[in-house]
Amino acid sequence: MLGLGVDRLQADINRLLASLFHQGVLDEHFLQLQQLQDETSPNFVYDVINIYFDESEKLLRNLRLLLMDREFSDYKKIGLHLNQLVGSSSSIGARRVRNVCVAFRSASELSNRPGCLRGLEVVEHEYHYLKNMMHELFQLEQQRLLAAGVRYPI
Amino acid sequence: MTREELPNLAESKLTALVVDDNFVNQSIHQKLLARLGITNEVVCNGKEAVDAHCSGRNYDLILMDMDMPIMNGIQATKRLREMGIESKIAGVTTRANEGEKKEFMEAGLNDFQEKPLTISKLLSILHKFDFYVQT
Repeated sequence: MLGLGVDRLQADINRLLASLFHQGVLDEHFLQLQQLQDETSPNFVYDVINIYFDESEKLLRNLRLLLMDREFSDYKKIGLHLNQLVGSSSSIGARRVRNVCVAFRSASELSNRPGCLRGLEVVEHEYHYLKNMMHELFQLEQQRLLAAGVRYPI
Repeated sequence: MTREELPNLAESKLTALVVDDNFVNQSIHQKLLARLGITNEVVCNGKEAVDAHCSGRNYDLILMDMDMPIMNGIQATKRLREMGIESKIAGVTTRANEGEKKEFMEAGLNDFQEKPLTISKLLSILHKFDFYVQT
């Protein structure tokens, strides 16, 4: 019975990942992240993704504060924040977030404020979708480990 | 490349310094190096990299990000070369137009790779520096 539960959960994980790859939400760099997880760092993916969430939310908050300021004109700062987001999103394989950040960056390079505001909304939307999917993935992983009788330290 | 096919360079006792202000990239770059058996440390900007060398530390390889606060990768690379540091320095950056890349190389880099860094790109860097010979 336990075996069936583990198999079913593994199938759910595989299906979710396949869907995320198919939608272009994730790319091969997420696979590299998984391949780097080993016995010396068994929670590597979880840890790195959570660092990504922490960093990204700070950057997105700063971007929103900058753009909501009526006196705003510092597009260079927008560019610097977006470079960080592009970089970390690329590194974890968050392809769609990376791509919409690149589009947002193009608007900032043209000092296009309406374009930047639209860009920010799109990035926030994609980021939150990714975050929800990652939480779902981690929950399934945790259930699978519990079903397999392994303690998952959180 | 599977884990079994990866070279283990632990016997070479190579050391590396990761210079990057982004914590996600720090984690991944450190793990990539560790996977190949390369002992490594991390600092958050160019000034910390320079300070590490001023305190007497030395590394075979430096992975240098370009855009960092306080002291960026171009400034740090120039400074390290002025100090006589002969370590192999590989610039690793998310994006660089040809002008920025040229400026970074002219600062004293030995190699340049675009992020995201992968095992293949890291092995390419190590191979170029003769730290790793493919068999």
